[in-house]
Amino acid sequence: MSRRAAYEARQRRRANLIAGLSTIAVVGLVILLVPMAPGWDAVKRSFFDGETFVNTFPTLLRAFLLDVAIFAWSVPLIFALGLAIALARGAQSPALFPLRIFGAIYVDLFRGIPVVLLVYLIGFGVPGLGLPRPWNSPYIWGTVALVLTYSAYVAEVLRSGIESIHASQRNAAICLGRNSRDTMRFVILPQAIRRVVPANMNMLVALQKDVALLSFIGPVEILRQAGIFKSLLANFTPYVVAAVIFLCVTVPATRYADYLLNRDRNARS
Amino acid sequence: MPGPRLSLSGVHKTFGDAHVLRGSDLDIGVGELGCLIGASGSGKSTLLRCMNGLEPVDDGAVRLDGVDIAEPGFDLGPIRQRIGIVFQSFNLFPHMTAYENAALAPARVLGETTAARPRIEGLFHRFDLADHMTKYPDQLSGGQQQRVAVIRALAMRPETLLLDEITSALDPELVGEVLDVLRQLRDDGMTMVLATHEMSFARDVADRVVFMDQGVIAEEGAPEAIFSSPKRERTRKFLASVLR
Repeated sequence: MSRRAAYEARQRRRANLIAGLSTIAVVGLVILLVPMAPGWDAVKRSFFDGETFVNTFPTLLRAFLLDVAIFAWSVPLIFALGLAIALARGAQSPALFPLRIFGAIYVDLFRGIPVVLLVYLIGFGVPGLGLPRPWNSPYIWGTVALVLTYSAYVAEVLRSGIESIHASQRNAAICLGRNSRDTMRFVILPQAIRRVVPANMNMLVALQKDVALLSFIGPVEILRQAGIFKSLLANFTPYVVAAVIFLCVTVPATRYADYLLNRDRNARS
Repeated sequence: MPGPRLSLSGVHKTFGDAHVLRGSDLDIGVGELGCLIGASGSGKSTLLRCMNGLEPVDDGAVRLDGVDIAEPGFDLGPIRQRIGIVFQSFNLFPHMTAYENAALAPARVLGETTAARPRIEGLFHRFDLADHMTKYPDQLSGGQQQRVAVIRALAMRPETLLLDEITSALDPELVGEVLDVLRQLRDDGMTMVLATHEMSFARDVADRVVFMDQGVIAEEGAPEAIFSSPKRERTRKFLASVLR
């Protein structure tokens, strides 16, 4: 082992030791101090009840499948609409000017309204028009609310990707005699979409959580099911179960997005 | 005698306050290889980019086979298939293989999807890149990428090729392989205009050397005339500074 390698190994061992000790100290303090709080026993009973956890877990997991389903059918709609809006905002021809204005207003509007508010407005408002079944379903209008909000975000992400492609790529395509639509479709978009995959991954993580907002307008998905259990059992543990189930999905997804982002950054530098 | 392939007269171009071309006149004959030389910022690249309308000119005429393509509003689409351009920085499409780079435009513009295949593969064979057709640009060396860029331009079967300092971004040992391609094209009779800093190549291969200075064509003529006995003082100065 070289002098330098030996030195670095020593430094690393030292750093790991300090990190380990400080972590143990902090965790130890938490374990020691939190139960000393006057209400700890009550909190433990109502939030961390092992028996309730085990009993409600299967039903809540099944309810979570509804979240996954809503998520799954929303994603393609969000990306199709987001792409259409992004392209509309970039339209050059004067005849398409109304489309550009529409795109800009759309993005301003739906990025500016809290998702939960839009879920309420559309989820209660539209069925209130007296539509016949199945067109008054909260699934449809809840999905619409999510799609409107998230497609506005995705449109902006895609647009930033499109604008990040260097003008020389467009020049090269134009000089080969290709029109601007071909240039966008074959040269600009494929590169732009690849470049914004990490940003869109973060968007999907946020969407997966926001699906729970649909519980406010009816669907018995995980959050609502947890609420039902809470009322039934007079215990908050089902909420903790729901949180754990969400984390099992969102943490790996977030880590994967970070990994993609880092890989992308390294590839470009 | 047929007219020139490319004829520029009184071409002016400004970028904001910078008056980059101040009335340039130049004729390039059919099958001729013209080399534009001159210091950085003398207007070589801009002049080249005006020849296919990539940069619209402010004033003056750019005639391709007698047709003024600098006319404002002129539809350049069909022109660009006849006049190819290769850039200093290659500008290959990074998400496509070498072959796809070359095949995309013929498929979309000429409507040749299968018909073009043997022709494009032939180009890869001819320029020693047959083994690299399925590779992506970032898997190729600079010299290979630039040769792919030349093939991509040739795949459109242009009559004229514009080459914008295509060896300037290459490591010195890779310049030769790209210049060899140009020699072969010259032997085919391709009309070419090359902006370059490769003086020895210009001297050996060019039919005509055009020295640009401050946005005008200061001197032009046969390579021997320019390199051995330049008439203008500024040509002499420039050559003395690059041919040490």
